[in-house]
Amino acid sequence: MDLLKRKKAPLTDEAWQQVDDEARRVLKLHLAGRKVVDFSGPHGWKLGGVNTGRLKPIGKDPAGGVSYALRQVQPLVELRAPFTMKIEELDDASRGADDLDLDPVIAVAERVARAEDTAIFHGFKNGQITGIIEATPHKPVAVTGILEWPKAVVAALEVLRAAGMNGPYALALGLQAYDELDADSEDGYPLRRRLEESLRDLSLVWAPALHGGAVLLSVRGGDYELTVGQDLSIGYAVHDRTDVELFLTESFTFRVLEEKAAILLSRPAIKAKGR
Amino acid sequence: MSSETYHEPLDLLSEETRNMHRAIVSLKEELEAVDWYQQRAEACSDEELREVLVHNKNEEIEHAMMNLEWIRRHSKDFDANIKTYLNAKGPILAVEKQQSGGEGGGQGGASGGASAHSSSLGIGTLKGGK
Repeated sequence: MDLLKRKKAPLTDEAWQQVDDEARRVLKLHLAGRKVVDFSGPHGWKLGGVNTGRLKPIGKDPAGGVSYALRQVQPLVELRAPFTMKIEELDDASRGADDLDLDPVIAVAERVARAEDTAIFHGFKNGQITGIIEATPHKPVAVTGILEWPKAVVAALEVLRAAGMNGPYALALGLQAYDELDADSEDGYPLRRRLEESLRDLSLVWAPALHGGAVLLSVRGGDYELTVGQDLSIGYAVHDRTDVELFLTESFTFRVLEEKAAILLSRPAIKAKGR
Repeated sequence: MSSETYHEPLDLLSEETRNMHRAIVSLKEELEAVDWYQQRAEACSDEELREVLVHNKNEEIEHAMMNLEWIRRHSKDFDANIKTYLNAKGPILAVEKQQSGGEGGGQGGASGGASAHSSSLGIGTLKGGK
């Protein structure tokens, strides 16, 4: 029995299959950080921290002659997001039902993807994680209007190149930024396609957890590292006659190894348009 | 030609496949040498020669593992299977059973798959469209 305790759950193999498949589908769609940063793992539950190779001096022995330093390690964050499902509904999977109500799975997968990506892009102070945007020393490139996106991307690319950050590059786009780039330009041609066609070493990534615009970063490797202990998994918590509580979990941390490899393209949020 | 063991016309094979072929043939040769040295050392009647042969055998094992590591780095399928089976605990066939869904959800592939994380959803990296 492992920490997920799946064998204790009142779920048939067919129900587990559908729950896992749906979670996997939604996670792969929503997770943006994993599409642009290096990945180390999965190393399993037993990994508690990542060696940073750094020392922190903590003074000298009062008796003299001996100095001390602490090895610096970055601990893994273990996250867990619970969700509840109807047992009767799940049982129908074994009767051949392929249209189970999996809304709780979709919601929890979106929630966890947002948590991981928020840590990667914006940081997570309590988890001792510095995000890509927090770390970059480059002044953000302001995007003053929808049609300004291509010019801003080219300006941001110049900043990275001038700093010695070669490509290929990815542009991680928050919801608003992605919508704006999907819109037509003045001549009716979508801005997104124009960018992709003119900048061959640039890929666009939908990053719903990113806010404040978009991030342009090098994806050459060696600049950002997501370390995963236990990779995203669904476990069992408890059940009664009608409901079962499951949880989506993982253990991870994120490190910025080269802070100059990214730049923010800032775009002020437009007031909600009623959707 | 560096190898006489191609099975398809060379002009139909990518550079990636040719390099993988080179690595696999080299690995086979290293393992064959290990086998030969092992047999010779065991049959040898001179103690000093036996020690040299065992030393050589161990060098070939080192070469084979370096070769295997190159293959792992260049093939995600080798990588996934190596993660699953190397250093796995318990009966080896049980690892396969667990990996193929016996625990109700392990999907193998990029999930790694040693017992510590065999029930993960196998998301892993998504970089490069994986």
